[in-house]
Formats: sequence, structure tokens, C-alpha cells
Amino acid sequence: MSDAPSTQVIRTQARARRVRGNRPFLMALQIGVPVLLLAAWWFGSLQSTDPYFPPLPDILVQFQKLWLFDKFLSDVVPSIANFAVGYLIAVIAGILLGVLLGLVKPLFWLLDPIVQLVRSIPAVALLPIFIALMGFGNEVRVFAIALASLFPVLISTIDGVRATEPLLLETARSYRLTRWEKLRRVYLPSAAPQMFAGALVSLQVAFIVMITSEMMGAARGIGALTLLAQKSFEVKSMWAGILLLGILGFLANLLFTLVRRRALAWFIGAQKAASAD
Amino acid sequence: MRKQQTMSNIQLKVDQLSKSYTVGSGQVEIIADLTFEVSAGEIVSIVGPSGIGKTTLLKCLTGLQSITSGTALIDGKPIDGPPEEMALVFQEYTRSLMPWLTVEKNVRLPLKHLRLPKAEVEDRVRTALASVGLAQAAERFPWQLSGGMQQRVAIARALAYRPEVLVMDEPFASVDAQTRFELEDLCLKIRDEFGMTILLVTHDIDESVYLSDRVVVLGHRPAIVTRIVDVDLPAPRDQIATRALHEFAELRTEIFELIRAGAIVTEPSEK
Repeated sequence: MSDAPSTQVIRTQARARRVRGNRPFLMALQIGVPVLLLAAWWFGSLQSTDPYFPPLPDILVQFQKLWLFDKFLSDVVPSIANFAVGYLIAVIAGILLGVLLGLVKPLFWLLDPIVQLVRSIPAVALLPIFIALMGFGNEVRVFAIALASLFPVLISTIDGVRATEPLLLETARSYRLTRWEKLRRVYLPSAAPQMFAGALVSLQVAFIVMITSEMMGAARGIGALTLLAQKSFEVKSMWAGILLLGILGFLANLLFTLVRRRALAWFIGAQKAASAD
Repeated sequence: MRKQQTMSNIQLKVDQLSKSYTVGSGQVEIIADLTFEVSAGEIVSIVGPSGIGKTTLLKCLTGLQSITSGTALIDGKPIDGPPEEMALVFQEYTRSLMPWLTVEKNVRLPLKHLRLPKAEVEDRVRTALASVGLAQAAERFPWQLSGGMQQRVAIARALAYRPEVLVMDEPFASVDAQTRFELEDLCLKIRDEFGMTILLVTHDIDESVYLSDRVVVLGHRPAIVTRIVDVDLPAPRDQIATRALHEFAELRTEIFELIRAGAIVTEPSEK
């Protein structure tokens, strides 16, 4: 009985090394491609006289004028706050409700049809009703974001909890783990990869609803400003708005990836180990 | 000496245990009127033709499934749920260890609700990992280990729990032959070091003879005890010397014949 690492460990390490060796090239590709695309846009649009496709340098000037930092506090920050609050509510409620529905069968049978019904109605379509009920305030937008982005995380949490390895549950039972321990140490971590997959879909949905909700009757926000710019033929401002949305979406995804990588380190590692064979 | 002392000390008593499952409209009896005893400090193997209900029996004895009739007692108390005096090791180590916990945290997990002093928990975890030879791997994750090492983690987890009875369901069936020998010897070492009673199901006749003080042979359907074979091989057992003994060959032949005679030949009868 030696403590020497098994060949599987060595194989995994060797593979990790190979991947690390490729990393500079991959990173160059990751940064290089967007840079190239931007350059193509920059030089391709320089001579443009088309009113709908202004030159990129002009858009950037407008971008700087609008967002850095004239409208930043008045419009960008509220949008991001709505998005963050709505999304967090959705993730927390989705996980809580998902665990409950995943573990309590009668509750699942009772509520599943309602979940299926509500989730098949796009939240954006319900916005006029929400606005009629709740007015034009921020609450209605937060509510719409939360409701729309609830379902992906909810449904994948239910699936994840229900797919918990039966042998792990038998192990937990035979060692007489408490209910709380079973939840905290078995069900939740076991469902975590699925929860994150659902939460990523929810993130995109929350972002879309953030923008569309501002396009209906909101006076402030990135979506409202972009729509206003488009309606008043301020094409450069419209493009500046689109550019900002792109950057924000990218940053939201980046943040999500970082959190996932931390929280699911074991899962990512196990997958790598499995694929090394 | 040990044997005489322990034979009087019955730890696990199975008395006319039956187990039936409801299938369709009828009852299928898997196990009928099983009776045997396991004394403290003994290693007892349960063998029998495949599909006979060995795992079902273990699930009944570990309280994971209910008993249809008869009794199973641990230290005189009826088993009606997972008893705290028992720990269970499964065949499928990859699926019984938490992949999100390190080796050390896997071993520690069942100890949390025992409300032991912190120092004792640390001591138990360290001792258990050391006795399966995994002290260096404490911070690793199960999926970073080979199959044999993973099964040693599962055994360490059971050891740290300090059960009176260690129950193992085909624990070494999924590891390679060399690792199996290694784990069998670990099993003998544990019994001597911790004074644990070990009950294991195996389909490997040689393994049952090598490890056990007694072998319970199951046969027929519904399963009954066809014979309880005493294994009087000298201690300490040794993978090469013990297996080369004439008595070893005799015992394996005897058990082999019993299993063959007890094989299920008829379709399961519905009552």
C-alpha cells in the first residue's frame, strides 16, 4: 500500500500540462479575434456615409459622451441594479423552490402544471399587465426580470435534485446523516452543476428582460435611452447604447464564469479527470 | 482463545428472517426463514449463487429495507432502521463517495452529527486514514485516486465511524486482483486492530475462505441457509501460504459444491 500517485493521476496531470502548454496560443486567439473584428469594423466604417451605419470612431465619441459618465449614474446604474436584484431574486427563489419541488413529490405533482404553464408565457408578453397592476416604477421591471429568469434555474434545480445518485443517498441514510446534512452535503452539491447550467440560461433571460422592460414606458435606463435614440434618429447614440449592452452582457457572463469556476471546482476537475482516460 | 471468548458474545442475530417483494399482484419471496448468528470480532462471509438475494439480505440487516417477517437483532436490539452500531461499505466506491468533498472531508462527514469533541473527530479521521494507508492523500478528491484507493477511502470512512459491525457488500468486486489481495489483508488488519465484527457479501469463494471465520452459504429460491461452514484455517492468514494449504482447497471445494447445488434452477414461484 504505497501513497504513490496512481497512473490515472499522472495521466491527468500530464494532460493538464499539455493544455497549459497550449494556453498562450488559445489566449492570443481569445483576445486576437475580437480585436481583429473591432479593427475590421473601425476601418471598414471609416468612410461610411450611410446614416444608419456611422463610422466606429464617431460611435465611440458618442459612447464616451453618453456613458462616461454623463448618463452613467442616472441610467446605467439603475439598469444594472434592476438586473442584479431581479436576477438574484430569481436564482435564490429558483433554488429554494426547486429543492422543495425536487424533494417533496406531492408538491411537484401539484405545482408542476402551473410551472409549465407560466413558463411558456414570455414574461415580456405579460409586461403590459404587470405595468397596469404595478405602475411604471422600478418594481415592475425587477419583478419582470425575476419572474422571467426564475424558470430556467427552477427547472434545472428540480432535475438536479431528483438526479442525485441513489447510492449516495443510501450512504447518507446508513450513516444516519440528519435531514439538514443530507440537504447541505448531498442534495445541494449534487445538483449544483445543473443549478449553474440553469442559472446561466437565466442570466441571458434576465438581461433580455432588463432591456425590453425599459423599452416599455420607462424614462430612464440603457434600454429606454437606446430606444429613444433610435426613435429620434440619433443613430450614433443608438449604436453607443448597443455597444454598452454588449459590454455589460460580456462582463455579466465573465463574472458568472468566475463564480462557477470557484463553486464547481470539484466538478470541473472530475470532468477533466474523466476525459483524461 | 479469541474464538472461545467471542463465540458466547453474539452481536448480530438473524432469526427466521424472511423478505418478500410485492410484484404486480403477487408476492415474491426472496429470502425465507434465514437464521444465523455473528459473534463479536468474527469475520463472516455470505456467499451464494448470483441473484440469490445476498444484497437484499444485507439491505435488511443494515436497516435500509424492511424485514417482512422474523427478526434481526444487533446487540439484542431489533433492527428497524440503519443502526448506529453499523457502517456499510458498498461495491461501487465511485458512486458512494462524495465527489465534491476531499478524502478527509468524506471520512469526516458521518462524524459530524455524533457531537464528538473536536479533538476526537480529528483523531478518528487521522487514525482511519493512516490505517488504510491514505494519510498522504487526505487533501485529494476521490476522482483523483485509483479504484483501490477510493475503496480504501470508503473503508476509512467506515472505520472513523467506529461501528461495532462493519458490513460490506461485495467490497472488492470492482478492483483488480492485486488490489483485491491488498484490501483483503486490510480487512483482516482492521479486525485485529479495531476488534471489529465484519460481515461481508462476496461472490468470490476463495475470498470468503481466506477472510472468514465462518461462511454462510445461501441457496435456492426463496433463499435459505444451505450450510454454515466453519473455516478453521490458522491465523495469521497469508495470501500465499494460506491459499496453498490443503485445507483451503478442501474448503473452497466444499463451498463451491454447495453453491452449485443451491443454484436457482426453477423460475421464481409466485405465492
